[in-house]
Amino acid sequence: MKELVVISGKGGTGKTTILASFAALAGRSVLADCDVDAPDLHLLLHPKIHAQAEFRAGQVAHIDEERCLQCGRCREVCRFGAITPEFSVEPLDCEGCGACRVVCPAEAIELRERVAGTWFRGQTKYGPMVYARLRPAEENSGKLVALVRKEARVQAERDGIELLLTDGPPGIGCPVIASLGNADLALVVTEPTPSGIHDLERVLTLCRHFRVPAMVCVNKFDLNPSLDRQVREYCARSQIAVTESIPFDESVTKAIQQGVPLVEFNHGPASQAVSAVWHQIMAKLVSK
Amino acid sequence: MVIAVASGKGGTGKTTVAVGLAIVTGRAQLLDCDVEEPNAHLFLHPRLTERSPVTILVPEVDAERCTRCGLCAEACQFHAIAVMAKQVLVFPELCHGCGACALACAENAIREVPREVGAVESGKAGKTDFVHGRLNVGEPMATPVIRAVKAHLDGRPLAIIDAAPGTACPVVEAVKSSDFCLLVTEPTPFGLSDLGLAVEVMEKMAVPCGVVINRSGEGDEPTEAFCASRELPMLGRIRFDRRIAEAYAHGQHPVYALPELGRRFEEILERTLDCARGGRR
Repeated sequence: MKELVVISGKGGTGKTTILASFAALAGRSVLADCDVDAPDLHLLLHPKIHAQAEFRAGQVAHIDEERCLQCGRCREVCRFGAITPEFSVEPLDCEGCGACRVVCPAEAIELRERVAGTWFRGQTKYGPMVYARLRPAEENSGKLVALVRKEARVQAERDGIELLLTDGPPGIGCPVIASLGNADLALVVTEPTPSGIHDLERVLTLCRHFRVPAMVCVNKFDLNPSLDRQVREYCARSQIAVTESIPFDESVTKAIQQGVPLVEFNHGPASQAVSAVWHQIMAKLVSK
Repeated sequence: MVIAVASGKGGTGKTTVAVGLAIVTGRAQLLDCDVEEPNAHLFLHPRLTERSPVTILVPEVDAERCTRCGLCAEACQFHAIAVMAKQVLVFPELCHGCGACALACAENAIREVPREVGAVESGKAGKTDFVHGRLNVGEPMATPVIRAVKAHLDGRPLAIIDAAPGTACPVVEAVKSSDFCLLVTEPTPFGLSDLGLAVEVMEKMAVPCGVVINRSGEGDEPTEAFCASRELPMLGRIRFDRRIAEAYAHGQHPVYALPELGRRFEEILERTLDCARGGRR
């Protein structure tokens, strides 16, 4: 099985638009939405949910009022400012590290498991899909991403599907690292803006760090053709393959508003370019 | 007054709004807390004059004193220490720097040493005081760097915080203890779905918030209806205009390309401050 992950560094460059179109072009694949903070792929692919489950991860300290001597040792050692002067725990601040429990002389502190999110398994017309939603303001998004990818692989093996398409989150932190590890190819989507390029360089460094081969795609390239050329030159110097660029096209927003993959919405300039990118990606995946 | 700018979805225009507000106010402090991908400096062009590393404390085990009793590994909730037959292994990338291992060690064999995970840089752009953080590439945890950026808050009348996208811990750390949060969205189903999640984060943190619709034009109605139903103040709209996208693509803040936008940002700021002072949700 081959896994393609679409990432970007900067948010809003078009990851989900591109991945949803790939799903339509692939015909049959397993889809994984690893942007567990703000999942959007289901808004274009409309999976019918077959199963859902709670995701438990991480812990939060709990102080037993009866046993607490109010000695203050826990407050002294907590490096996250999570224990109030009244000796209760502020869950948003608690790291779940248990340093407080180590020092409590009264054994008044226990660590309780958190419900950090929910994950879903469903069926789209392009194949099975796995996605998840982290509860607002929770931690452990990296672990939830790892769970989504694992479940997607299980699904692929069960259904004998050879292609896994993974929609990654923005940034370079733990959920991105969890989305990237061991993927066969990362498509890094950028835009010809100073932020797009700044973030591209950081995310390509991350790909090298985790030894995942990368390919770069410039979206909305005609907003600044000279930066588009600059990206191509940078990638040529770094020996990174670049796909055809995608033009700025207002029908992209309209396709999202209609809730359909761009390549099924029309055959406009952006739609045609996305199809061309798909063929380049497939050629690269097969050659590996 | 500390005003945070956030959004569930990435690329909705947080940085454009945060920098726009800083430009129209003049004397504000601007803190870019998107430490995974800091971008505000690319449009504000500050002169960065100071740089300090951000470190977290990680354990170093004294092999002479260590009896390999395993108390440290038992205390560590992040699997950052493993006790083997002949040695103790530390995995620094997994360590949250909490110090539980050192507290648990009965032999006083653990010393905590600083490990660099990123840096904070600061400087000036005109009258704006600018601070941002940079997470080192390959480091998973952004929160210590965000905390270090926010340690620069100096209590002046207006500070603006540019947060990372999403709804998880980096957003919480950036927005925490702000007086008000401005949520930037776009009129698409993605924008609306992620706005709903961002509002839940704000409710959980008890930070009052309001909404700016960026790239407004066709299809604003569902977002407006959502805001009305949740009693979220509408702080302003920035109409879709290809010239804005092109100015941004050329590293120019759109207020310099479209002077009428300056007035727009002034109105957004006025409404934001009104709401923040009134403590309205």
